[in-house]
Amino acid sequence: MLELFLHLFLLLALSPLLPGVIGKTKALFAGRTGPPFLQAYYDLWKLFGKGLVISRTTTWVFRAGPVLALAVPVLAALMVPFGAISAPLSFTGDLIFFVYLFGLGRFFTAAAALDTGSSFEGMGAAREVTFACLAEPTVFFSFIVLARLSGSLSLATMFGPALNAAWQSAGPSLILVVACLFVVVLVENCRIPFDDPNTHLELTMIHEVMVLDHSGPDFGMILYGAAMKLFVLGALVVRLVFPGATGNLLLDTLLFAGGMLLLAVVIGVVESTMARLRLLRVPQLLVGTMLLSFFSLILLLR
Amino acid sequence: MNDLNPQLLKNGEAVGLESVQILDFDEFSLGLLAEVRKQGRVAACFAVPVTGEGGELELFALVARDRNACVAVYRTRIGERFSSLTPNCPQMHLFEREIAEQYGVVPQGHPWLKPLRFHRSWRTGVDAWGRPTDQHPRIGEMEFYRVDGEGVHEVAVGPVHAGIIEPGHFRFQCHGEKVMHLEISLGYQHRDIERMLQGGPHPATMSQMETIAGDTSIGHGLAYCQVIEALSGCEVPARAQSIRALALELERLANHLGDIGALAGDVGFLPTFSYCGRLRGDYLNLTAALCGSRFGRGLVRPGGVLFDLDPALAGEMLARLKAVQGNTLGAMELFFDSPSVSGRFEGRGRLSRSVAEDLGLVGVAAKACAVPRDSRFFHPTGVYRHLFDDLITEETGDAMARARMRSREISVSIELIRRILNDLPDDPVRAPIGPLKGEALAIGMVEGWRGEVFHAGLTDGAGRLRRYKIVDPSFHNWMGLAMAMRDEQISDFPLCNKSFNLSYCGFDL
Repeated sequence: MLELFLHLFLLLALSPLLPGVIGKTKALFAGRTGPPFLQAYYDLWKLFGKGLVISRTTTWVFRAGPVLALAVPVLAALMVPFGAISAPLSFTGDLIFFVYLFGLGRFFTAAAALDTGSSFEGMGAAREVTFACLAEPTVFFSFIVLARLSGSLSLATMFGPALNAAWQSAGPSLILVVACLFVVVLVENCRIPFDDPNTHLELTMIHEVMVLDHSGPDFGMILYGAAMKLFVLGALVVRLVFPGATGNLLLDTLLFAGGMLLLAVVIGVVESTMARLRLLRVPQLLVGTMLLSFFSLILLLR
Repeated sequence: MNDLNPQLLKNGEAVGLESVQILDFDEFSLGLLAEVRKQGRVAACFAVPVTGEGGELELFALVARDRNACVAVYRTRIGERFSSLTPNCPQMHLFEREIAEQYGVVPQGHPWLKPLRFHRSWRTGVDAWGRPTDQHPRIGEMEFYRVDGEGVHEVAVGPVHAGIIEPGHFRFQCHGEKVMHLEISLGYQHRDIERMLQGGPHPATMSQMETIAGDTSIGHGLAYCQVIEALSGCEVPARAQSIRALALELERLANHLGDIGALAGDVGFLPTFSYCGRLRGDYLNLTAALCGSRFGRGLVRPGGVLFDLDPALAGEMLARLKAVQGNTLGAMELFFDSPSVSGRFEGRGRLSRSVAEDLGLVGVAAKACAVPRDSRFFHPTGVYRHLFDDLITEETGDAMARARMRSREISVSIELIRRILNDLPDDPVRAPIGPLKGEALAIGMVEGWRGEVFHAGLTDGAGRLRRYKIVDPSFHNWMGLAMAMRDEQISDFPLCNKSFNLSYCGFDL
């Protein structure tokens, strides 16, 4: 029971810190002071205190988008071990449930975007679903590698204590899986080089343009959901890289939190040193990542 | 038609109107077309009501002969309708639309006759499109070109944009992510500056000139001063010429650097974005050290400049320039050496040399397509006569070429500033301005940072301005952006737009 609360607490309380760390890293590279670490918390607080503006042309679908965007990462988080803190919810085949929970969230975000009838949001939705289609096989190939290594079809076991042994026996495969999942984290959370969360240029946006019409608490839910999504997907990568467990709950928690912050710093470094890809190149990179994940499976099966 | 000898005019010169022959329209159009075929470039074309007579208009076309460092003046008369030259000379496209909008006359056979800035006709009661003349037309209200079919959609952007930029409306016809056609509709910032000058110069005129396009304060201010000085026969002292050139180059540096930073920002390349933002401020501060205004307002005045440069300040400016130069080159290097940046810019928004020539593009956009256009080189005044010899062009005509043009011009400008500061003549900085010559036409051309700023002034018998024509480089170049977007990805529009970085208010006047 304590672990369940700890799990939820980490997710709900720590996730908005990641965008802050990324922002600070980028500011450091640019020689600026940058917004404070806690900026995302301030933003959420501000947004939840605001009123809502809803276009007359929209229906309930438009309101459902943000709700799903918030609920999905919370549900998905229940199946993911946060470091050595085991997952509260686990059943055979939950990896498929996990992937399609995000699919459900995406469906509603895209549907809400289309619901506004704006040409920008339509374009954004088209781009988002195209890229998501291409990212999905990568996730599955990576999960198959882990499932094969752990002999289980549940995330709790796949990312469980067996990872230590797996690094000994199938290191090369796991390195590829880490790389692939890192790319998935970047593309799913619309980070550079795939998307630029800071841009104001509607025509180049992918994810941001879909939520242009949301305001106030609705937009707050989207931002909070996005931070949690980054946290959940990031937790997978961090767990793969730091598979160990000390046995001490406090130390394990600190190790995990440290890993997450390190991940945020790495993302910040990537964003500071790379320009955004051309939109046409994104599918090519994603197909490349898919091949990489397929190759890691072949390495394992040979 | 070979015996047609148009009056020739040099940059910063005036000519009495009596020596400019009035051609009949056929001679005018044949002469103009022949001139354009021989590498001529329509720098300006405008109408002016004939004084004292009914509704008749006089049409002036000023065609730049870059190789001969002069401008040929063609003059004719037109009635309510005249036959359009645009089908044979695309450079006339916008000028004819402008004349139609200003005077309510119709260029017959114009393939794209739509309003330009959406203002009421200057002659009461007539409108080229038959719109009601008692109210201001709604800006942006016109038939946009439309493409229909399976998978074709229309995207409308603006006039209110997400960033802090000027208002303008962009209408895309897209097939999926591919742009088939882009139509640009401006006019949201029309202030009617040209008409404010009629009967001038007024006390406020100089300040108005400096705000035609705020980022080209020096460029437009200088062009205006050249016109006034030409009309009054004033000889500007050499020291003032040097200080003017110094300010013009500082303006170029600040803007080019800002542009490269903005380009980096558009593709999310943070290092250059942040450095250029800061360095732009350093160059603006150099202008402020010169005259107290970061944009050079109040520096250039007819007859010379208002602020002298004492030797101590000149030395300090040299030292400050040296300090920022290293950082500038570093930020550029970072930008041009990054593969992810090159991958984003190369081949985007490509314009061919022939399109650039047909449309009469000027400045950075033209030079990026290997079209040599630089008033400092072809129509030099002041210190540029002996100091400037670096005409740069790029070959590829894409966004990368336009970025590279800017970075190379930055190096040239820094060197130029150093040479100007090291060799300041010992003169007064201002000469008195006499009354303007009556019944005369004068031109002023300045290579602003975007390209050629062209001003032409026409005086009446009393030496007041009867018509004043302003051509901002953006006037020529907006069409280039529309053409560059054909078959491009719509997601690359912001980047292409930024690589041109044209002025909205310079166009709107």
